Amino acid sequence: MIGLAHYLAVAAILFTIGVFGIFVNRKNIIIILMSVELILLAVNINFVAFSTHLDDVAGQIMAMFVLTVAAAEAAVGLAILVTFFRNRRDIAVDDASVMKG
Amino acid sequence: MEFTNALSIATPELIVVIGAMVLLLVGAYGGDKARPAISLLSGLVLIGAAVASATGPLGQAFMGAFVNDSLAVFAKVAIYLASAVAILLGHGWMIRNNQARFEYPILILLAAAGMSMMASAGDLISLYVGIELQSLALYVLAAFNRDDAKGSEAGLKYFVLGALSSGLLLYGASLIYGFAGSMAFDDIAAAAAGAHGTSLIFGLVFLLCGLAFKISAAPFHMWTPDVYEGAPTPAVAFFAAAPKLAALVLIARTLGEGFHVIEDQWRQVILALAVLSFCVGAFGGLMQKNIQRLLAYSSIANMGYALLAIAAGTTVGVKAMLVFMVLYMVDVTGFFACLLALSRGGRPITQISDLAGLKQDRPGTAIVLTMLSLSVLGMPPFAGFWAKVYVFGAAIQGGLWIFAALGLAASVVAAFYYLRLIKLMWFDPSPGLTDPAPRDAQWVAYAAAAFSFPLVLFALGWLDGFAGTAARALGLG
Repeated sequence: MIGLAHYLAVAAILFTIGVFGIFVNRKNIIIILMSVELILLAVNINFVAFSTHLDDVAGQIMAMFVLTVAAAEAAVGLAILVTFFRNRRDIAVDDASVMKG
Repeated sequence: MEFTNALSIATPELIVVIGAMVLLLVGAYGGDKARPAISLLSGLVLIGAAVASATGPLGQAFMGAFVNDSLAVFAKVAIYLASAVAILLGHGWMIRNNQARFEYPILILLAAAGMSMMASAGDLISLYVGIELQSLALYVLAAFNRDDAKGSEAGLKYFVLGALSSGLLLYGASLIYGFAGSMAFDDIAAAAAGAHGTSLIFGLVFLLCGLAFKISAAPFHMWTPDVYEGAPTPAVAFFAAAPKLAALVLIARTLGEGFHVIEDQWRQVILALAVLSFCVGAFGGLMQKNIQRLLAYSSIANMGYALLAIAAGTTVGVKAMLVFMVLYMVDVTGFFACLLALSRGGRPITQISDLAGLKQDRPGTAIVLTMLSLSVLGMPPFAGFWAKVYVFGAAIQGGLWIFAALGLAASVVAAFYYLRLIKLMWFDPSPGLTDPAPRDAQWVAYAAAAFSFPLVLFALGWLDGFAGTAARALGLG
């Protein structure tokens, strides 16, 4: 029987993968955007699992908000990435280092 | 009936949001010709919203998701006025630096709407939506100069770290929801008093990590120097003031309304953030050559003091945080106004060494910068001194005298870089004449300096009264 703990475990694993994806990846900023999405979706699994477990609808409403915000966030992130690419002709993570200190 | 009542409680937000939508349409149809009108109207919308929130009804709306108490009103008035000043500062600077676009005031309006949602958040959903509305507008503002490599890099770094922090915050929110069984802060408080107190700590730590990112408290401050250096200066003047107040009010409300029962546990987290922040701010600033990076470290240190006041966990502490933030916002806005008023050969001044010998051709600006530096470092009788008196007073009253002593030591270290600025301006040879000053930024700088001394002496009693009423709204001991 699959219970609450299983869902929480999957969400925790996805969340950890997402966080590592941001810090470990050195190649491509698009991968960072994908990792951010992964984090948000992991959180959504948590919300929906808790919502069913508690028999309370607020968690599912929150999941809807998270999905909407994730879409807006991806749009803003890609727009900033496009301006970055136009200035640099490259989107490698290591290149984002004009400023140091 | 209940819905109209809810709408009347949320009037300031409605004014800002509808204003932003209408002005966006005006900009889309009118193009750059409409830009001066859009800037002016955005400023008027913000002032109208400030008046509406100061005079509007108090209460809860939308089933407790939106709380308009005196704390929210205090924060909103300060946020709207700071945003209006940011529009004023940005308008002229953007024209002078060929970056003028009509989106700038509209993004500030949207960020202000998000910040006032944060100040009024009554549950985890409105907390998250408010933070995201504010953050998404700020990411775009950071990358506003889209032809500049530094600007787009600043925007990208801000976006990536901001998105990560939102993820941490949300994960924390989901754990809190799961353990408490509700999104509303008062239900969370009830759950924290019961058997789930310790499990809620897990969620709360994640939530606080996310919020610490937003106020650039160490160890989550990595983005701050880069964003302050790369983003357009008027946008940075905005980042340094209103969003920090909004996030600190949100922290105070979350901890005060949702988690005051487990105060002893979260106090350790807040104290760790505070001590790290003022140490990193003080020592990190010592080696900086770029003025905006220096101000970034200065703001990290000041967030440490504000958190120290919250850590006291009392009404006096929240009041001290509010007074401290308002005085700090005036100081930092004046400081950035001076930077916006300075340029040499048509290029903005960026390096600290460029300020050398400023007293020769710009004695007025040199005096203003000296006064504001002394104020931020906490020299009596300037505003910054009174701000620190409040914070350290609240910390000592809350039994945190060791941390207050650490804060004092850090502010002595930080005094070094403010005094170095003053020495450069008054005693070093000048590298050349600066351009004539633009009037808008100049007047904002003069007004901020006049406020830091002597106007603060008259305003303080009045500010104290309002901040006291605001802090009592949380109902802490």
